[in-house]
Amino acid sequence: MSVQKTSPAVGDGWQRGGAQAVRRRVVERLVSVLCYVATMVVLFLLFSILWTLVVRGGAGLSLSTFIHSTAAPGSGGGLANAIMGSCEQTGLAALIGTPVGMMIGIYLSEFDQDGRIVSLVRFVSDMLLSVPSILVGLFIYLIVVEPAGHFSGMAGTLALAVLFVPIVVRTTEDMLRLVPRAMREAAYALGAPGWRVILSICLRSARGGIMTGVLLALARISGETAPLLFTSLGNLNWSTSLNEPMASLPVTIYQYAGSAYDDWVRLAWTGALLITVAVLATNIVARWWLMRNGSAQQ
Amino acid sequence: MMELPSTLTARDGTALDRNAHGQYGDIIFGMIARLAGWSILLVMAGIVIVLVRGGWSAFSTFGPAFITSTAWNPISHNFGAATSIFGTLATTVVALAFAVPFAFGVAFWLVELAPATLARFIETAVQLLAAVPSIIFGMWGFFIVVPFMAHYVEPVLTHYLGHVPGIGLLFHGAPYGTGLLSGGLILAIMVTPFICSVMTDVFVSIPAVLKESAFGLGATRWEVMRKIVLPWSRQAVMGGIMLGTGRALGETMAVTFVIGNSNHLGWSLFAPGNTIASLIALEFPESAAGSLKLSALLALGAILMVISFITLACSRIFLRRGIPG
Repeated sequence: MSVQKTSPAVGDGWQRGGAQAVRRRVVERLVSVLCYVATMVVLFLLFSILWTLVVRGGAGLSLSTFIHSTAAPGSGGGLANAIMGSCEQTGLAALIGTPVGMMIGIYLSEFDQDGRIVSLVRFVSDMLLSVPSILVGLFIYLIVVEPAGHFSGMAGTLALAVLFVPIVVRTTEDMLRLVPRAMREAAYALGAPGWRVILSICLRSARGGIMTGVLLALARISGETAPLLFTSLGNLNWSTSLNEPMASLPVTIYQYAGSAYDDWVRLAWTGALLITVAVLATNIVARWWLMRNGSAQQ
Repeated sequence: MMELPSTLTARDGTALDRNAHGQYGDIIFGMIARLAGWSILLVMAGIVIVLVRGGWSAFSTFGPAFITSTAWNPISHNFGAATSIFGTLATTVVALAFAVPFAFGVAFWLVELAPATLARFIETAVQLLAAVPSIIFGMWGFFIVVPFMAHYVEPVLTHYLGHVPGIGLLFHGAPYGTGLLSGGLILAIMVTPFICSVMTDVFVSIPAVLKESAFGLGATRWEVMRKIVLPWSRQAVMGGIMLGTGRALGETMAVTFVIGNSNHLGWSLFAPGNTIASLIALEFPESAAGSLKLSALLALGAILMVISFITLACSRIFLRRGIPG
């Protein structure tokens, strides 16, 4: 409020105790308090979720959770196959999605001469960014699972890749647009062809930002459940084959959390803790990376 | 950007070999980029076509009555979309009723009230809330929120508001804990960070001169927010709310846990219901390929797609016009 102190007339108006001034002051205070309360409530909810996860999920953290596959209730199974399945599907989805997403991002930022189509691609990519993920699951079910006649890890991977791509597209485009014009011109002046300028100069300088996008996308898809329900389905046994149904942490959590067996529910909480820690840690690393990169560029 | 190399090749005759090589590279690279870009259009078109085609048999069997019918009976093969459309819209409205004020409060706090160092920390925390997977919200909601609602919130609401004419209708019914209200609340927690982050971005991007002149005239922070910042950023704020709406409409796992999953249509917010997404998640695995039920579920998916695409398209248009630059 330093602005008011420099202007005596305004300061007087604020200090005067007329009914209107009092009302304005009260409203100002009230709104401030409400905003503090809103922020506290949102933070409280975050901590409530984390606390619940740590308390209920921490109890089941043991070596056997990581080395045994899911088993019948009461026989002390673990989550090894679900963890493996999740890693395999998200990892492959990232391997497919990163180059595709980066190429689309390049198309959006460097091929302005295509005009309307570029805007359309950008619009559609933004829509896909927030499309209900269950619709992606249905889509992959209809074009992959139904013709093949069986659920498969490959279908799950494809569904995750569809969700992965738009996030990478968005960050790639944003980061490429930040590359200084002078840098491109310098490269062109040296006689570099357009594709070399984009790949070796622009992408290279946007590397940090794009990595952030890839990490955020990875975090997002590793917690997705709905698109996997109808594609990779889940598998009670250890299986790494992409041609068979494949377990994943989110789907296993979904199946176990609603079950009537105490040890299954406990495993579900442990799985929930694992996945949340992984997702949040990835997020924090990505943000930290972006911050460090951003300050380095300045 | 892309015109530059071609003019270079035309003028520079000495390094012909290298430039010819570069030109082919550009052509190939351009083809790859265009193919990648157009592939996303193909995916989008694919989603639309495949869902509409899959739901066609339900649409043609029941006609327009599919949308208004409340039936969902797998035994008599009679399906309707009204209940789940109603549940989807009702939970979304409840979610927005809570999320918008909270998102605004947090955004206002972050932009105007918080000390700068604390603000950055809290902003990250709010963004982390958005990153928590939806299934975690579902579990937390099922084991923590539902009992809390059943034991404390719903009996109290019924006691105090249940007999008020008009809105009393909303708060009638047995306090199961699961239901539209719980579903809406969980959704509210999930979409608040999205709306908040758009609001924070817009509030920060307003030209400082506008705010400073208002402060100079003696306006309080709230008056500046209400009379300067909000009118200036109205469109983008609407875009942010629409973005949150789009998320809430299609959210599946969190809602499936707490909505109660019953095909029931009524005004009580305590009554169990279902949403399009939760119904698909629950019933799809039990539907035989090629059955009418599967087609009805796909038709529901097509309806959800239409609703959320309209919302997201609005959000895009608002956001593009709203944020200058």
